[in-house]
Amino acid sequence: MNKWFKSGKPYIWLTAGAVSVSLIAVLGLLALIAWRGLSFFWPAQIHEVEVQANDGSTRVIIGEVYDREQVPIERLQESGVKLDGFDGDTLERQLFKVGNREFVPLDFMWVMEPQIIRDETPADLGVLERSKDGNFYGYVVDVREQGESVVNDRDIRDVLFERIERAVELNEKATDLQQGEIGAINHELNRLRLEARALDLEGKFTEAEKQRITAQEQALNEQYRELEKQLFTFREQASRDSVVMRDMRGMEVSIPLYRVLDATFPNDMGIFSKVGHFFVQIGKFVSEDPREANTEGGVFPAIFGTVFMVLLMSVIVTPFGVVAAVYLHEYAGKNAITRLIRIAVINLAGVPSIVYGVFGLGFFVYMVGGSLDQIFYPEALPSPTFGTPGVMWSAITLAILTLPVVIVSTEEGLSRIPSTLREGSLALGATKAETLWRIILPMASPAIMTGLILAVARAAGEVAPLMLVGVVKSAPMLPVDGNFPYFHLDRKFMHLGFHIYDVGFQSPNVEAARPLVYATSFLLVTVIVGLNLTAIGVRNHLREKYRSLEH
Amino acid sequence: MAASQRSELGASNVRLFKDRAARWGVTFGGGLVLIALLLIFFYLLYVVEPIFRGVEIERQQSFAIPGQGQTLAMGMEEQSEIGFRFSDQGDLIFFALKTKSGTDWQPGEVILSEQVAEQPTAFAATQPQKKRYAYAVANGQVRIIEPKFRSKFTAGQRLTTPYVDYGNDGELVQVDPKQRTLTQLAYEYDGDSSLFAAVTADNKVIVNYAMATKSFLTGAVELESKFTELPLTGEVDNILVQPNLSQVFVRQGNRFYVFDVSRTGKVTERQLLNIERRRYGEVTSMQLLAGASSVMFGHANGLVTQWFEVAGENGRQYQYIREFKAGDDAIVDIVAEYYRRTFYTVSENGQVGVFHTTSEADLYLEHPDKLRADSVVIDPRANTLLMQTDGELHTFNLENEHPEVSWSGIWQEVWYEGYPEPQYVWQSTSGSDDFEPKFSLVPISFGTIKAAAYAMLFAVPIGLAAAVYTAYFMSPSVRKVVKPTVEIMEALPTVILGFLAGLWLAPIIENYLPGIVATIILVPSAIILVAFLSSRLPKTWRNKFTDGRAALILLPVVALVSWFAFEMSPFIERVLFDGNVRQFITNELGITFDQRNSLVVGIAMGFAVIPTIFSIAEDAVFSVPNHLSNGSLALGATTWQTLTKVVLLTASPGIFSAVMMGLGRAVGETMIVLMATGNTPIMDWNIFEGMRTLSANIAVEMPESEVGSSHYRILFLAAFVLFVFTFAFNTLAELVRQRLREKYSSM
Repeated sequence: MNKWFKSGKPYIWLTAGAVSVSLIAVLGLLALIAWRGLSFFWPAQIHEVEVQANDGSTRVIIGEVYDREQVPIERLQESGVKLDGFDGDTLERQLFKVGNREFVPLDFMWVMEPQIIRDETPADLGVLERSKDGNFYGYVVDVREQGESVVNDRDIRDVLFERIERAVELNEKATDLQQGEIGAINHELNRLRLEARALDLEGKFTEAEKQRITAQEQALNEQYRELEKQLFTFREQASRDSVVMRDMRGMEVSIPLYRVLDATFPNDMGIFSKVGHFFVQIGKFVSEDPREANTEGGVFPAIFGTVFMVLLMSVIVTPFGVVAAVYLHEYAGKNAITRLIRIAVINLAGVPSIVYGVFGLGFFVYMVGGSLDQIFYPEALPSPTFGTPGVMWSAITLAILTLPVVIVSTEEGLSRIPSTLREGSLALGATKAETLWRIILPMASPAIMTGLILAVARAAGEVAPLMLVGVVKSAPMLPVDGNFPYFHLDRKFMHLGFHIYDVGFQSPNVEAARPLVYATSFLLVTVIVGLNLTAIGVRNHLREKYRSLEH
Repeated sequence: MAASQRSELGASNVRLFKDRAARWGVTFGGGLVLIALLLIFFYLLYVVEPIFRGVEIERQQSFAIPGQGQTLAMGMEEQSEIGFRFSDQGDLIFFALKTKSGTDWQPGEVILSEQVAEQPTAFAATQPQKKRYAYAVANGQVRIIEPKFRSKFTAGQRLTTPYVDYGNDGELVQVDPKQRTLTQLAYEYDGDSSLFAAVTADNKVIVNYAMATKSFLTGAVELESKFTELPLTGEVDNILVQPNLSQVFVRQGNRFYVFDVSRTGKVTERQLLNIERRRYGEVTSMQLLAGASSVMFGHANGLVTQWFEVAGENGRQYQYIREFKAGDDAIVDIVAEYYRRTFYTVSENGQVGVFHTTSEADLYLEHPDKLRADSVVIDPRANTLLMQTDGELHTFNLENEHPEVSWSGIWQEVWYEGYPEPQYVWQSTSGSDDFEPKFSLVPISFGTIKAAAYAMLFAVPIGLAAAVYTAYFMSPSVRKVVKPTVEIMEALPTVILGFLAGLWLAPIIENYLPGIVATIILVPSAIILVAFLSSRLPKTWRNKFTDGRAALILLPVVALVSWFAFEMSPFIERVLFDGNVRQFITNELGITFDQRNSLVVGIAMGFAVIPTIFSIAEDAVFSVPNHLSNGSLALGATTWQTLTKVVLLTASPGIFSAVMMGLGRAVGETMIVLMATGNTPIMDWNIFEGMRTLSANIAVEMPESEVGSSHYRILFLAAFVLFVFTFAFNTLAELVRQRLREKYSSM
């Protein structure tokens, strides 16, 4: 035994164990996020359980089983729970999501397993997804148009779906109107106000100008009133219908349909309709706006913001990164400056991201942005245009942060190109610049691509600096819209990573928001791991290609 | 022929030019990287630098003292446009401090002069921010005066005009019911009630508490006077009243009496403080600091000492805290600033000193513009100084933006008002106005080191062991899969790790603490057991169980053992800890237990750091030339001996640089610590408590700090410290790695 220890075998196995632990951590983490994230979209069974309290009284609870856990009996007894006639060490308790937020004090309830005396999943139980107050669980009793029942021997679900579709359509029309044409009018009014202010500042605000602007304003206001009337008509039409539901208290509740987004009967679904529903839910998640302080709905603005910021950053970082890499590999001599630049690259990669945030806030936002405002937007002051965190500053800050990623990757690609190619080109009379432009850079383009992909992956996951230079929990307007100049680089934006932080830690109802955080995490992880795998694939492919060239 | 040659030559000129331009352009682009780094460095420094500046004083105006008589007190309004002085003849004189467009004021011109008291015998001023003054007149009566200013806007111009407001509805206040002449007076006012303390002509000290009571029926305020005569004899040098009307201070030479005044007006002696003459010197002046918790004494030897109440065995007692050296001459006047703990001294030879108490900063000590000062006064915004010299008044521009920050205040223990002892405290904001921000970077730097240390404790063994195994033992086909898999972890956004740590891992650790400990013990034991079993297997089997695949074989073992440990957790908890570990830790061991603690951060951040360490260390071990290990093996060493004695030794600089890089990453990590700890700036190594790190502190406080304030600049300093920290680690690691590369290339 002693000899065996001396041979070092057990230590070798211990180091192997470290690899296993790392692997389990990575794969486990990915699996955990995937499982939790995806199960959010799967239609859960709705249970109707009868619970008997200690005093013998019973009540009915309708909801999804949200979580289960084993609790040691001692801990329950300490916290004053009476458990008569139950033995064992631990017992299970279930967390029910009962929804119906406006009618019950808590939309989550813990129930002890032994207290459940009846547990059923009736096919009639439905869940309404609502734009306000979260889900509603219960039985559909009636569908009404202005208080009159319209079911009339038809299948009540068909009637319900029909009416919901109509209400959703009207709501969409109203939203489109509000964000499209009314938004454009507001934008135009604001522009006129600034124009007047600018003229005033320059001292050119003559009577004629004043009249022109007032006339335009009046015309816009007129249009606005028209559209407003239309908007109210849509809203009125949408609020025509209502659905009557029987909830877990046994009471019948009337819910206006303009608040209902969707109705499902998961207990009555087959596996195929469940799969269909699963994908529909995923589609909604990535394409809809968030609701209820980000705790429900989709994450579309966050996806859009992330992608837009990252694209902007790529445009900035690629030329600089490639030029720096070309310098280091093709032009730099072996001198102190080159060494300094290499150390600078390493340090740019190692400086904590929050330091970039601080630098971006102080230098770009307050110093550069503040000066831009003074020069170009004096009419909007004191409210800042570029002198406040925004998507452009975020992109520039992250461009500096990801610069070393692009440099390192590009340089690696350059170093894999055999020097015979360069020498051949130079020998044929091409200048160095021509060799570079015609031979080297095209060959290095996959490496540049790899660097860019890695930079994008890094930028998409970075949160800390963005918290200082432009990310917000809820941006009312996307950085791109139909109003001139279409790209609004001064606007703040939403970001997937920050969305996770915000919903998971700053939201009023963390319990309800948790599945959404997992889903968002899954989305982000998928994107980032996907990008990284692509980069690794491209790089490996490249290595193979040049290995054959070297001989 | 000739023509085509020429055209070729011409073309080649253009080409040469393009070539040269490309060279310059690319070189400049390469230099930009360096410029970016330097820009960050110097910009951070540029923002931080003002907090360490001293005071700059620049003379603006000089003019003859407006009005008659000796000056008793001076003041300025908010805009520093109008000054005023009280004379010993009972006059209140307002005068212009500078020329102002829209008026024809000349500096020193009297704007308004009013006799506010006749034949005054004594004078008192409240704390500067209360802006009230009092003259004692005949028969123990007092006149209360408030200089006020009215602002009017005409054509975008603000015009300020002064007027005099009398307190107590213009009535005289009978401070001494016995109608003696008052020779010294102290007065404070809290908005309703007033507290007077005075010395009478027969050298008695009297206290009068004019308590305001609001009538329930009419809502009218009535003043009820509570009079007390203190049992003191002898000459009184100074008498002061605390602005919250709870204490009266009397100084007789170096004896300092503190009297408590209760809400009902009852006066009791609290403390007699003998200020040691031998230690501190003769006391020559006395003043309260802004916030009124500290008493400052000026001494004959130029010393200024600060004293405040500290809770001790006999309750709260005034105690010596710290001292400042304001020249070698007796201090004749101490002036407190309106809101900050900055004070100004005037010494007998006319030197002016500026000091800040808590930061122990000596900001200025000179004759301003070579003038001998008799007295000085500061404006509410603390950027104009009004100084009286022999027959003249002078205004000075004062630049003193950040007196509360000094190198010693940031890195050393500071004794704050109301604290029992000097401490490291980070507390940047609070609800109250009197609040003094406490900027010690020590607790958050400590938190940074603590978080990094726990993360490294977790990451270094696993990361290095995994790297060594992957590079040296693992079969190439497995390595090709394993290496990128572990490295993918580096790409995982830290916000996700932080979120999982805070919302998933923290409750698990809280509920399954014994399981965690059991895992740490059981997993290595199980690995050794499997290794032992494998060595006992028949040879044919053992060949399949090669070292190269051990990691894969161990995967299910590690997973199963961990699962088992967690399943056992409630059982262990019941048997060993009475079913509640948390309670056991808090009650039996007396250790505080937070749900989001260092253990959570250690594990989560450890996972973030493992890939960094793994990746660099693996490269270092893998690039050790094969002939070295082959030579060692050929000489009869076992693989393990070769590894420890040859391979690791050769790769040690690379491994060192891996650890350094990992440390750099752990120090700067923001999101994980932000989400997985409670972010409380405490200083304790306890693994079950949280911490606040430099990076998380910046993320939390930066968005709400006012641009250009001391707080803002201190946060930049925190960023600068982080920058320098990581710069040192990374540069060291890179230099070591470059040397290593050169060494191998020669092998």
